Amino acid sequence: MGNSSSLLTQYDLEDLQNHTNHLFSQREIVSLYERFCALDRTGKGFISADEFMGVPEFAVNPLCQRLLKMLEGLNFKEFIALLSAFSARATQQDKINFIFRVYDTDANGKVTASDILQVLRDLSGSFLSDKQRELVLNQALEQAGYTKDSALTTEDFSKVLGNLKMEVEVPVD
Amino acid sequence: MPKLDKAKSLSGASGIGEHTRDPSLFRPSESEVNLYQLHVEDLLSLNPNAEEDPTVTDLDNKLLLRDLLDISPVLTEAASAIIDDSFTRCFKSNAPEPWNWNLYLAPLWCLGVIVRYCILFPIRVVLLTVGWIIFLGLFFPIHIALKGHDTVRKQLERGLVEFMCSVFVASWTGVVKYHGPRPSRRAKQVFVANHTSMIDFVILEQMTAFAVIMQRHGGWVGFLQTTVLESLGCIWFNRTESKDRLVVAQKLKRHVEDPDSNPLLVFPEGTCVNNEYTVMFKKGAFELDCTVCPIAIKYNKIFVDAFWNSKKQSFTMHLMRLMTSWAVVCDVWYLEPQTLNPGETPIEFAERVRDLIANRAGIKKVPWDGYLKYYRPSPKLTEKKQQNFAEAVIRRLTNNS
Repeated sequence: MGNSSSLLTQYDLEDLQNHTNHLFSQREIVSLYERFCALDRTGKGFISADEFMGVPEFAVNPLCQRLLKMLEGLNFKEFIALLSAFSARATQQDKINFIFRVYDTDANGKVTASDILQVLRDLSGSFLSDKQRELVLNQALEQAGYTKDSALTTEDFSKVLGNLKMEVEVPVD
Repeated sequence: MPKLDKAKSLSGASGIGEHTRDPSLFRPSESEVNLYQLHVEDLLSLNPNAEEDPTVTDLDNKLLLRDLLDISPVLTEAASAIIDDSFTRCFKSNAPEPWNWNLYLAPLWCLGVIVRYCILFPIRVVLLTVGWIIFLGLFFPIHIALKGHDTVRKQLERGLVEFMCSVFVASWTGVVKYHGPRPSRRAKQVFVANHTSMIDFVILEQMTAFAVIMQRHGGWVGFLQTTVLESLGCIWFNRTESKDRLVVAQKLKRHVEDPDSNPLLVFPEGTCVNNEYTVMFKKGAFELDCTVCPIAIKYNKIFVDAFWNSKKQSFTMHLMRLMTSWAVVCDVWYLEPQTLNPGETPIEFAERVRDLIANRAGIKKVPWDGYLKYYRPSPKLTEKKQQNFAEAVIRRLTNNS
């Protein structure tokens, strides 16, 4: 596995950098490629849901099932494009878009109250009742000037979320 | 991107052995899972940092839509787990540093390869073969001839096993430095050590004939387990069989009560770790009401990485790798015996001993159970996070109204 980095040519690296809008340095891409190969244990060219769940720190995440739907079966190029939202160089808009995608499961560009409730269900499990979740959400929506029938767009998300700190450092040696 | 795809299928060749793995390892019994969950629960309550939930921000404010919608901390956690996680790091074989890609050094390195594979390796094979012939040639006659004289027989067999282990260590030119007082034989003590490879056992056994608790293996290792090591009082089990565990617990109790038996050695991690990290210690060895004598083992990776990645490599291949290297360099520290402090639970005791070993050997600690190689983490861990989130929401809800 240690030699997998040498399988990426300079051409590949530049291509990958362009694909991710230069949000990752070449060294970071090499490091991510090694990680990708390590997770893809059977060398299929993508990481299966089962292999992702083999990482305990990921498997205990309340949103892991939701994220799996986005991550499962991605090839390396798509994989780093998705993760680029977590780069320190990514813009606020990149990060907002990523969060929006997590909510917007049907990808229609709108997040409704029921979309948000589903995420809240993932986050709180059996520790909040459906009623409590609805109550909380309605309260919060009204406070922010929306109603329970509003459909939020990415612009709304930018307005509500404001400045986000969502960064993960890629270890390079 | 065809280039990448090709690269993938090349690097994938190493994963073939994966399929030959015993599938039964992946189906834990019910009680096993429960037992494991208990461990994690215990551990979590020990480790306050693990409880921290990033989704819960300060509680004085009113509940805003922003707080509900902002899932960035949870996402950051997930992404960092995907990019790099402490569990997989424990079982990563470290690639050797490429020092030889240089015009002056490359010929030297090539010469080294020739010496190692064409001179050292055959010599070592001969040495090992002679060792085996002597060992087996003496062991079985003694075993049968001295059936009635248990003490004499045991002593001779002990000597023979120690001899065989020395031959093994010599076959990889083991440069082992032992620090601290040599273990003595007495009742009510148990030795615990961190685990990197089955060669840990050989290295420790060379000095003292320990009785060890081990996973049952197949092949020639399994044969040795049932014939030779049996006479040392070794106990083995299948880590995925909960019935085995009960029997082992009883055997353990009996073993430590007997002052004539060989000192007991346990690897409480339950699995091989790459000697850079240490995973959770299972509490079994710390519940025996015995003095616990910690042993720290640290390998120097200067010539070869001693980590046995049992999912990728058979033990025979692992030995081959060691036998074709220049030497295996390692330090062994026999640390001060520890006893259970008043009011301390076995789990806290296990953590304390793990601290000692990790500090001495200079390895990092992670809170994970090594058995997560075989199972998924318990849903209770996720539930804990959900509970924290829900409680924060409820508290704010009542604040508002």
